[in-house]
Amino acid sequence: MESNASQILHELESLRAAKADIDRRISALEAQLQQVTLQNDAIPNGSYPPISTVGSSHLNGHDHHLTPAMIHRYSRHLLLPSFGVQAQSNLLKSSVLVVGAGGLGSPALLYLAACGVGRLGIVDHDVVELNNMHRQIIHTETFIGRPKVKSAANACRSVNSTVEIVEHHEALRTSNALEIFNKYDVIVDATDNAPSRYMISDCCVLLGKPLVSGAALGLEGQLTVYNYNGGPCYRCLFPTPPPATACQRCADSGVLGVVPGIIGCLQALEAIKIASAIGEPLSGRMLLFNALEARIRIVKIRGRSLQCEACKENATFTQQQFREFDYEKFTQSPLAPSPLKLKLLQADSRISSKEYHERVANGEAHVLVDVRPAHHFKIVSLPKSLNIPLPSLEARFPEITSALKEEEEQKSVGSGSSAQLYVICRRGNDSQRAVQCLHKMGFTSARDIVGGLESWTHDVDANFPTY
Amino acid sequence: MAGSGSFGISSAPGHYNIGGLELLCDSVKVHNVKVELQNGAEKLTMKDLLGWVRTNLIKERPEMFMKGDTVRPGVLVLVNDCDWELSGQLDTTLEEKDVVVFISTLHGG
Ligand SMILES: [Zn+2]
Repeated sequence: MESNASQILHELESLRAAKADIDRRISALEAQLQQVTLQNDAIPNGSYPPISTVGSSHLNGHDHHLTPAMIHRYSRHLLLPSFGVQAQSNLLKSSVLVVGAGGLGSPALLYLAACGVGRLGIVDHDVVELNNMHRQIIHTETFIGRPKVKSAANACRSVNSTVEIVEHHEALRTSNALEIFNKYDVIVDATDNAPSRYMISDCCVLLGKPLVSGAALGLEGQLTVYNYNGGPCYRCLFPTPPPATACQRCADSGVLGVVPGIIGCLQALEAIKIASAIGEPLSGRMLLFNALEARIRIVKIRGRSLQCEACKENATFTQQQFREFDYEKFTQSPLAPSPLKLKLLQADSRISSKEYHERVANGEAHVLVDVRPAHHFKIVSLPKSLNIPLPSLEARFPEITSALKEEEEQKSVGSGSSAQLYVICRRGNDSQRAVQCLHKMGFTSARDIVGGLESWTHDVDANFPTY
Repeated sequence: MAGSGSFGISSAPGHYNIGGLELLCDSVKVHNVKVELQNGAEKLTMKDLLGWVRTNLIKERPEMFMKGDTVRPGVLVLVNDCDWELSGQLDTTLEEKDVVVFISTLHGG
């Protein structure tokens, strides 16, 4: 059985490698084709010259540069009296950069490609994962395991092959942000963490670029435009970063897929308004979206702060200082959030998931306490585990005591020895906190399972679901 | 405090509506509160209200809401849908039936 499985795995691996190779060749050819079509259409191409001329370079008897194909493609825009030829022409000459091809970036990119911005840049260093699919609608299942930038660019090109799509397959850092941002007129912040938001805002201030900023978590979203027409920047509003404990992540707190979708669409709208010079961009105001209550509120926020370190008159924050600024230290949180790995316990207070598995198989008398929140426990749990969420642990010690006693009676543990007490959680952090607490309260032999349920999936049972 | 919170408008005099504290206050999103004026004071200020909220509403982890005598970094305070920076921050005076909402800035996406 086992050799059979490893053979299949091996075959899968080599097929995947071959597929990746073919995909690479397809992308290269697509890019090549893109170049050729662009040249034929006489749209400027290559590496980021300013988008100055659009369509055929001669005026075709009208006072605009729209080709027949463009007139057909964008006809519904052209028919809008408040948009029309002028706004579409502006749009076609503009360039927009979307940082992050995730939940916010997905719809933002699709609409920006569809509407006909001249150049559309995508920054992302991540790969597509199965648990992205519920909200990151630009990606398709065939791209799982491949770079989001490739997947997003592919989707954008298939929506509108006349837009110049630029792939920045790299993490945004202070070392590359200025160079990348310089090539675009409007920046869209579709990232998911605090240090990126400060970095992107500061970079926009230094280069004088308008910033369309969106965020979503759980069932709520927020949207505003920074650094536009004398309006505030991100630091004007939030001069001091929040404590890291107040920065929740979608991977921990969850998010309803359509919520970032809505905010991402609104980000595309604001970027389009700025790029085409129509309407009133959402500057000096903030949109707050509450999905559960079906409530959208637009509130008035402060203007540019006279004390803002980044954007005040005569601010001394230079490009050189930006390059050297440590945003992770400033916000006390990482740019590319990776799961926290605490080490609070001595080795003899811990046990690997493999060893725990062996002990269960040997019929060891024990109680397994799962300290995850109840709604996590409902998703999946190990057999016979007792769910006591960490915040209620102390109050529920008696339950642990009686569970241990019951187990000892059932397994008729001889006098002198007793049932073991193990603690598990999702990734092995809360379980350590729980064991510390248990030790203090006299359960001195309590041990936690290193790496939590994730290690169970990884080392014991590959079919055990992860979330 | 994750977001805008919901709130009802009460017609009862002497009351203020507060939204956005649900994560800190047993999931209650709207608080219609009656705050007595300090003796001698003519008007209630945001500073008074924050002190009152801290004493009477916040049940756990006050550091998730306040730092010193003001709100913690990353929280926007809105008085009648307006950033309190525009009305004098802690010195903002409140009228009956005013609506105060605390917004915690989001970073996810
Ligand atoms: Zn500023």
